[in-house]
Amino acid sequence: MVTAVRAWPRPAGRAPAVLGILCTAVGAAFVASLAVGAFPIGIGRIVEILADMAVPGNASGSFDQDAAVLLSIRLPRAVLAVCTGAGLGMAGAVMQGLFRNPLADPAVIGVSSGAALGAAIAIVGVSLLPTAFRVAGGFLLPGAAFTSAVITTALVYRAGRQDGASGMHSMLLAGIAFNAIAFAGVGTLSFIASDEQLRNLSFWSLGSLGQASRDLVMTSSIAAAVGALLLWRLAPALNALALGAAEAAHLGVDVRGLERRAVLLVALVVGALVAATGVISFVGLVAPHIVRLACGPDHRIVLPGAALFGAALMLAADAVARTVAAPAELPVGVLTTAVGAPFFLGLLLRARRASGL
Amino acid sequence: MRGVLLAACLTLAVTHASAAPPARVVSVGGAVTEMVYALGAGTALVGADSTSIHPSEAGRLPRVGYMRQLSAEGVLSLKPALVLATAEAGPPAVLEQIRGAGVRLERLHVRHSPEAVRENIRTIADALGRGTAGDALLQRFDADWRATRTRIAGLPTRPRVLFVMAHGGAPMVGGRDTAADAMLELAGAANAASGITGYKPLTAEAALAAAPDVILVTDQALEAGGIDALLQRPGLALTPAGRAKRVATMDAVLLLGFGPRLPQAVDELATKVRAW
Repeated sequence: MVTAVRAWPRPAGRAPAVLGILCTAVGAAFVASLAVGAFPIGIGRIVEILADMAVPGNASGSFDQDAAVLLSIRLPRAVLAVCTGAGLGMAGAVMQGLFRNPLADPAVIGVSSGAALGAAIAIVGVSLLPTAFRVAGGFLLPGAAFTSAVITTALVYRAGRQDGASGMHSMLLAGIAFNAIAFAGVGTLSFIASDEQLRNLSFWSLGSLGQASRDLVMTSSIAAAVGALLLWRLAPALNALALGAAEAAHLGVDVRGLERRAVLLVALVVGALVAATGVISFVGLVAPHIVRLACGPDHRIVLPGAALFGAALMLAADAVARTVAAPAELPVGVLTTAVGAPFFLGLLLRARRASGL
Repeated sequence: MRGVLLAACLTLAVTHASAAPPARVVSVGGAVTEMVYALGAGTALVGADSTSIHPSEAGRLPRVGYMRQLSAEGVLSLKPALVLATAEAGPPAVLEQIRGAGVRLERLHVRHSPEAVRENIRTIADALGRGTAGDALLQRFDADWRATRTRIAGLPTRPRVLFVMAHGGAPMVGGRDTAADAMLELAGAANAASGITGYKPLTAEAALAAAPDVILVTDQALEAGGIDALLQRPGLALTPAGRAKRVATMDAVLLLGFGPRLPQAVDELATKVRAW
């Protein structure tokens, strides 16, 4: 991409401080979410277990339940929370920049509804499969959700693409149409579904970090991390696009290329995450707004800021989900909304007071 | 509280020292919990899922949430030595984590047949180290089941029954491959909704076409509305059952649970659908 876009002035003001605070918050929330949980493990034991892990060959031969809980339940969950929050936050920020619309989120391009359709096909259709396939079924649901998310988004992109300048407007409409088609599919499948499948489907749509096995966490996290880094590189072009599609093109931005890359990457990142966790709402919408309210609309700040805020929010929400109803567990999607929405409202009201409206 | 529990566990450990039963057990699934109590091992329970509501003592146990949405850490925080879980329990990754943390996990059948109930009683009794209590319970179960079957075989009528599940929201009818369908078959009644599979929303015309002689609902559903409210639904009012106000009610756990009280449940159902 062209130098005019890269030569934007350095971000100034509060931005570095805010990013610093967000980094600290993610670190603190990560440590805290390792320390809390229904299963009581003392802080001393946690440090001991982590130290044992860090020094190879130091582990004692006997089976250690504390270590099993910490290393195969809590740690993968915390990692997944960071990746989910960061991926969803970053994807939300990119979508809002791309559509130049503060209400845009990844759902606009059909990722979530596509994933939901894939999940429904996997949940309802699994009983139709030969038993041999069902045994290796751990990856069936995430695989179907991811595939369907990416295919749906590709169809939205194809249907919305226009010759000439930016096709975002028709893509928005195509997204609405494909969302409706996907939900009609989910509705049909829920009608066919047995009682048990219906329950599974409704829990999937509330989101949880608890269903993820270690392999799945690794796969999704790597996909999300790589995708998020690639999304970050779109920030300068998104800054130019904020001026308008024609203006961005004059500044040397390949608008069509930007759209294609952004849509593809968002589909990959969000598809991989939703496949592992189910639908987690509100993070992608609220995280970019909060960062923008704090340090302005520069995408070079908003993108990483939204990722950090999303990660901290997910860690906090999951820690609460795991502990508040112990020994049972709340769906985390409910909590991200319950925590995020009032916080967002508070910020909005403060911003309104500050501007004297 | 913990002292009492400990004392109870110790008593249990002393009286059954030879079998060395697991002292701390988490039970997932209403019928599973019922069997643990029926085997006299209720004091070993340290937690149960939200579907475990019978017997009433089970309601006072710490709740590990809905059986399909368990939390690995939540279950482990109760420090169980044994987790008894129905085949419906999940998610699979969570069960794997529980097993990975060194806890013994026993899965039970959910097939809707007396044979599956017998197998579950056997599995649970063995897992709890209560083989003798298991033998006794099975003997009682077999005797009761024989008596119930003999009585039902002698019944002259085969009423058409429509099971309506109405726990708030749109009522659903129980088609084939449901616990309700299996119970009706065992009780010598015909399922009026045998044309559909699973639980499906009740439509007025389908209800009319099913032409049930009797409508079967759960006590829990009736608490929400009463027989009159149910019969005011379009469709139901015009069926033979609706016109004659023939509505049978049964406790949901007893009716659909497929627990150790299956013979009594089938017996009660067979009587109630022929009360007219």
